[in-house]
Amino acid sequence: MLDMEFNIKYLFISKKIIFDLFFTIYRYNQAMSNSDLKVKVWRGAQEGEFVEYLVPRNPNQTVLDVVTFIQRKLDPTLSYRFACRVGMCGSCAMTVNGVARWTCRTHVSQIVEGDSLEIAPLNNLPVIKDLATDMREFFDKWKGAVGFFKGDKTRHDDFARVEPQSPERQLANAGIECIGCGVCYSSCEVVQSRPNYLGPAALNRAWTLTNDVRDVQQLDRLRAVAGDEGCHACHTQGSCTERCPKKLEPTASISGLKKLVARAAVRGSKWGKL
Amino acid sequence: MQAKLWYAQRISAMVLGLCVSIHLVIIFYAIRGGLTAEEILGRTQGNIAFAVFYEIFVLACFVHAPIGLANILEETFSKGFISKALSSLLAVLILILGTTAVIGVYTGGTL
Repeated sequence: MLDMEFNIKYLFISKKIIFDLFFTIYRYNQAMSNSDLKVKVWRGAQEGEFVEYLVPRNPNQTVLDVVTFIQRKLDPTLSYRFACRVGMCGSCAMTVNGVARWTCRTHVSQIVEGDSLEIAPLNNLPVIKDLATDMREFFDKWKGAVGFFKGDKTRHDDFARVEPQSPERQLANAGIECIGCGVCYSSCEVVQSRPNYLGPAALNRAWTLTNDVRDVQQLDRLRAVAGDEGCHACHTQGSCTERCPKKLEPTASISGLKKLVARAAVRGSKWGKL
Repeated sequence: MQAKLWYAQRISAMVLGLCVSIHLVIIFYAIRGGLTAEEILGRTQGNIAFAVFYEIFVLACFVHAPIGLANILEETFSKGFISKALSSLLAVLILILGTTAVIGVYTGGTL
């Protein structure tokens, strides 16, 4: 009995210590100090405004850490999207200081202007709430560009043999690491002015698949990317290539498609004429 | 159609690149000792090579410029009658005015 009482008392005391400690740290964070970041965050949906928060500066702090701090400590109603925190999933892309980037792989120190950060949702996509955008349009366009694989082999067939050094495999390799984060799509000025344009990510995927010798829907794909909304709408400004966090070159993929599609329309291709 | 137009514009751009370079070299060569109408006509009048070269230049412009103008109009405004009409008008003007000029310098203004 005595033991239990002691335990309960001890629990209370330790809880109080933890509470006090937490409260003190919290108070310290709240106070304006030289190391505080002034972070403007977009709040609302399509219509909304920037709200400023003060966030303590830490060494090696990423922009995602800043957003997480705001949600956990300052305003739990803030909505944003993330999953892996290590640059694998591509879900935490946002517009930070006017440029689309992965927030998990961007250190505050790399991009902070004075002591200010401005965090907004990705451009060119409808905003659901705060920093979360509706990505449906983006992924629908992948489908629109026939950006998915279809083969004609079954599990009973032998493996397809693709020579690693073959030109097709090399070309596919160059663009295959895309994880669909939407940074290129959000940075593309053609998407901005021409909302039906398929965009760099979908066209990059289409290009890697035109170089997949196992795929059987090549003519459909060429037709899908040949129209007014397809590869020829690209202005070759190169924002997608400049901003791609995976250092891919959608601009090069799109110019590959431009040549392939134009040749197929005029002279025909190995899969037939457009 | 978009793909064919792109192809036509690309090929005509290659021709134009060559034509513009030759044209500029000729200009630099020709203005060394001042420039007079007689001098130009003296060189071009009756010279079939000059006439063929400049007519190719005109034809490349005739293909290249209207496609570009149509693209700009379609992207800035919308696809439709106006962009087609204006780019067709530009095509006809380039062809007629350009060919007239080529005939002019070949014949020296007297047909």
